[in-house]
Amino acid sequence: MRRSLLFIPSNSPAMLQNADIFGADGVIFDLEDAVSISEKDAARTLLDTFLTMYPLNKLEIIVRINQIETSITSKELEKIVSDRIDTIMLPKATKESTLILLNQLRNIEHEKKLTKKINIIPIIEMATSVLEVSDIAKVERVNGLLLGAEDLASDLEVPRTLESLEILMPRALTILAAKAHKIDAIDTPFIHKDDDEGLVKDAKFAKQLGMNAKACIHPNQVEIINEIFSPSMAEIHQALRIIEAHERPENIHKGAFSLDGKMVDKPIIDRAHKLIEKAKAWHLL
Amino acid sequence: MKDLLTASAGTMESNDCLMIVSESDQLTIDLESIVYLQFKDQIEKVIRETLKEKGIEKLHVHCQDKGALDYTIKARLLTAIERLENMR
Repeated sequence: MRRSLLFIPSNSPAMLQNADIFGADGVIFDLEDAVSISEKDAARTLLDTFLTMYPLNKLEIIVRINQIETSITSKELEKIVSDRIDTIMLPKATKESTLILLNQLRNIEHEKKLTKKINIIPIIEMATSVLEVSDIAKVERVNGLLLGAEDLASDLEVPRTLESLEILMPRALTILAAKAHKIDAIDTPFIHKDDDEGLVKDAKFAKQLGMNAKACIHPNQVEIINEIFSPSMAEIHQALRIIEAHERPENIHKGAFSLDGKMVDKPIIDRAHKLIEKAKAWHLL
Repeated sequence: MKDLLTASAGTMESNDCLMIVSESDQLTIDLESIVYLQFKDQIEKVIRETLKEKGIEKLHVHCQDKGALDYTIKARLLTAIERLENMR
């Protein structure tokens, strides 16, 4: 379950060894934009050695690789794919590149005799990705979609603004595709790392649209994002009341019943259970 | 006389180390560290074990340590060796 995913540059020992102290639900070890071309080899060896010697069991371990079309990707996957990681994040995803990654993962998992299946989070950051987002979302092992607004804005030839009107439709389409395939919709990072007020506004709006989680580029953003994407105490209390009311003998076999004068039916009961599951996972109960 | 190849990896930033390896006819380790007195033996042990894993018996290793943990020392040495091998 995801609320916050923190990007960590993979060639920085100081950042790597503190990856698990910031309270993020997952960390994205970055081999792409945060690492210069001349240091790609050093970064993948440093990350692999780090994860071998310091397993991070309580976090989702995500690795952002380079674009699938580059020659670097095969070397990265050979080195990085192991039982120590959970997910590969794929930049500039298209349906084709996501399927290529899926096949590469299957081959490497078979060769290395892994005990787990690695998941995929494609990044929706090109106009093509947005148009193909539903097809990308239904590829096996894809369990979340990350909207990448900065690269997308470049592809759309528009400036990025604080209001984010330019990404409104891609945001909505990413959410719809994710929800239609029952996977996570993960919002683009807010890149103004010192603007807490702006982050709150942006994250609340993303949540209102339907995003489940948000990526972040600075440890200081984790707490705000966790708070916004966690259920509130009022929501938890109401969910518990709905579940308790549903489990009463007079309601348990009913398709719908009334609580506080409002109809409660299956979708509302399911949502209440899902919310309580999240609250338990995040120790809010 | 043949020029001896040299390769490096890492940085001089805090928590990192700069590892420079050069072709040599013997195994030598030259170590500088901000925690030399406390961790000299441990750093040298990591370097020797990494070289042993790679089956390397002849190499000059110069390590400038800025407080790197074992995994960083090992990773930077592995990258420097890989870069040296790619130069051959």
